[in-house]
Amino acid sequence: MKIAILLKQVPVKDATLELSGDNTWIDEDDVQFEINDSDHYGLAEALNIAKANDGEVTVVTMGPDRVKDSIKQALAKGAHKAIHIDDEEMSSTDPLTRAKVIAEAIKDENFDLILSGLQSDDFGYGQTGVLIAEILGMPHATLVVETEILEGKIKVKRELEGGWFQNAELPLPALLSIQSGLTDIPYATIKGIMMAKKKPVAEVDADDLGVDLDTGAFKLQKIYTPVKSKETVVLDGDADSIVSQLIDKLKNEAKVL
Amino acid sequence: MQSPSVHDFFDFNSLLSDEERQVRESVREFVSSEIQPVIRDYYRKGEFPRHLAKPFGELGLLGSNLDGYGCPGLNNVAYGLIMTELEYCDSGIRSFVSVQGALVMYPIYSFGSEEQKKKYLPKLATGEMIGCFGLTEPDYGSDPSGMITRAEKVDGGYKLNGRKMWITNASLADVAVVWAKLDGVVRGFLIEKKTQGFTAKPMHGKLSLRASDTSEILLDDCVVSEDALLPKSAGLKSPLSCLTQARYGIAWGVMGAALACFNESLEYAKGRIMFDKPIAGFQLTQNKFAEMMTEITKMQLLLVQLGRLKDAGKMHHAQVSLAKRNNCYQALQIARSGREILGANGIMDDYVCMRHAANLESVITYEGTHEIHTLVLGQSATGISAFQ
Ligand SMILES: Cc1cc2nc3c(=O)[nH]c(=O)nc-3n(C[C@H](O)[C@H](O)[C@H](O)COP(=O)(O)OP(=O)(O)OC[C@H]3O[C@@H](n4cnc5c(N)ncnc54)[C@H](O)[C@@H]3O)c2cc1C
Repeated sequence: MKIAILLKQVPVKDATLELSGDNTWIDEDDVQFEINDSDHYGLAEALNIAKANDGEVTVVTMGPDRVKDSIKQALAKGAHKAIHIDDEEMSSTDPLTRAKVIAEAIKDENFDLILSGLQSDDFGYGQTGVLIAEILGMPHATLVVETEILEGKIKVKRELEGGWFQNAELPLPALLSIQSGLTDIPYATIKGIMMAKKKPVAEVDADDLGVDLDTGAFKLQKIYTPVKSKETVVLDGDADSIVSQLIDKLKNEAKVL
Repeated sequence: MQSPSVHDFFDFNSLLSDEERQVRESVREFVSSEIQPVIRDYYRKGEFPRHLAKPFGELGLLGSNLDGYGCPGLNNVAYGLIMTELEYCDSGIRSFVSVQGALVMYPIYSFGSEEQKKKYLPKLATGEMIGCFGLTEPDYGSDPSGMITRAEKVDGGYKLNGRKMWITNASLADVAVVWAKLDGVVRGFLIEKKTQGFTAKPMHGKLSLRASDTSEILLDDCVVSEDALLPKSAGLKSPLSCLTQARYGIAWGVMGAALACFNESLEYAKGRIMFDKPIAGFQLTQNKFAEMMTEITKMQLLLVQLGRLKDAGKMHHAQVSLAKRNNCYQALQIARSGREILGANGIMDDYVCMRHAANLESVITYEGTHEIHTLVLGQSATGISAFQ
């Protein structure tokens, strides 16, 4: 069974972020990166499924050279090999464009199962996986909390809102995004770390995949830090008038009544 | 030029390989999720968190710098970083791993027969078995050459009599490496816990290293078979070579305790306002941080070079004495300074400085006291031994 885990690298959670000069991304110079939190759960699920079904896990990561650290970490945790889609310029952050690139890079691998985390901690689109499934013509399910491999298909339990769950069966190959927090994330063992060096990492250049990287479905114009504003209003008048002014403001401006 | 990190002032990080950094990262994650949340309770109870033995084994931390028999063969810098990460949490946790790897697995690896290695090392590596190392006796601490414990040849094996004291892990241990004199020569014996005549008794009332088991071992006509003798052990130099391994790990470990105290007291000092300003803004407090940073930086650079020498097979035991002596002493000063900075809060176990300071009182004493390492260095300097 061939399983892929789509794994993204994002800035560490407590990183102090500065905007880049053109206000379209952050200044990466002094920022540390790590594996996107929810992708850990995707990886853990991929490893569990592989273990139970004699499978092989391939890490698929798109990004500049720095993402190799995260790839190595995933290999140390037990993934068998990796595909690094080298995107040095990080040309597009548009999820559709990225999905096209990734789909193109992995289409000939014939994965039986493609897993991803819930969403990325940087942009939080939560779309890339689903878009890849659509491009590759695979069924997909999001927010998966349980999986069971059956003959040629997979049974999944999905978390819906309000404490509801949905059970579904998808024919393989399929793509799932895994809900966070349910599986134990494995630690990289010493042996795993030492063996990771010898595991194959295929390099694919994002520019060579025939996808137009420059004209995405949308373009990020500007990012900015939220502007903090604070205004103090002193209410004048006698007690009755202050109370009615206050009620008006609470109802119509603060909208808390 | 950006100012350097206060935790790594001379970019010690850049002296490490990717693999070494990954090992550090993984152990750090494990320690912060699995041990930090429970350490205070175990310290209070005066108990080692026994449930950690197997996870340590799964992670590969037990005998990690040995190669083969289930051990990964990690280099000595990465091994040292593991010790630092463990002792960042607690010296007792590091002690467990040190004893298992350097004082139990190492002697079996170095002085054991092929059968002994095959029988014990894989299980010690997974944490399925726990070991201890019995050298110190009630009347012979710094001078183990005077040990009273004796082994005598009997039909089909050896009979041991004597008493060992201050033995880490002894009450938890499935197998004890016990040093005894056989025909006047110090030899190592592997004694399994169920052996008749072998008793381990926990020592109570410790004010230090409380999250570690420290026990006494009584050997009362304890008869073991011939294959319990470590065949290649020969004289006091055998246990001393184990101590060199363990001291190497201690030298790295205490840097973790020092860093924990530095980090905690620095954060505290920045937030604690007295006389209308953060106490971090007072010159006397800043002097403490300047000393801490200087000493931690010196430790980092000294250790990485010591590790590279060890990997190259060029490490001398006196170099380990220098590192153990200096780092334990400085870590203890740092823990005490950190405790002072925390004021009254510093005496509470909500904070780590005082626990580390209390632990380090053991660490500066065991594996050769500060004074004994001073004499080793004195001998290196002058060529004259002060021991005799
Ligand atoms: C928590 C803990 C765990 C331990 N675990 C183990 C273990 O697993 N296995 C084991 O075998 N042992 C263990 N030990 C024992 C430890 O190694 C000894 O305590 C240590 O070697 C010192 O021996 P001692 O306590 O008998 O002190 P002593 O040797 O009596 O020394 C007392 C004082 O005299 C000083 N002194 C002694 N000789 C000289 C000299 N020539 N010149 C100047 N000063 C001198 C010492 O430095 C010290 O300050 C442990 C100890 C502790 C506290």
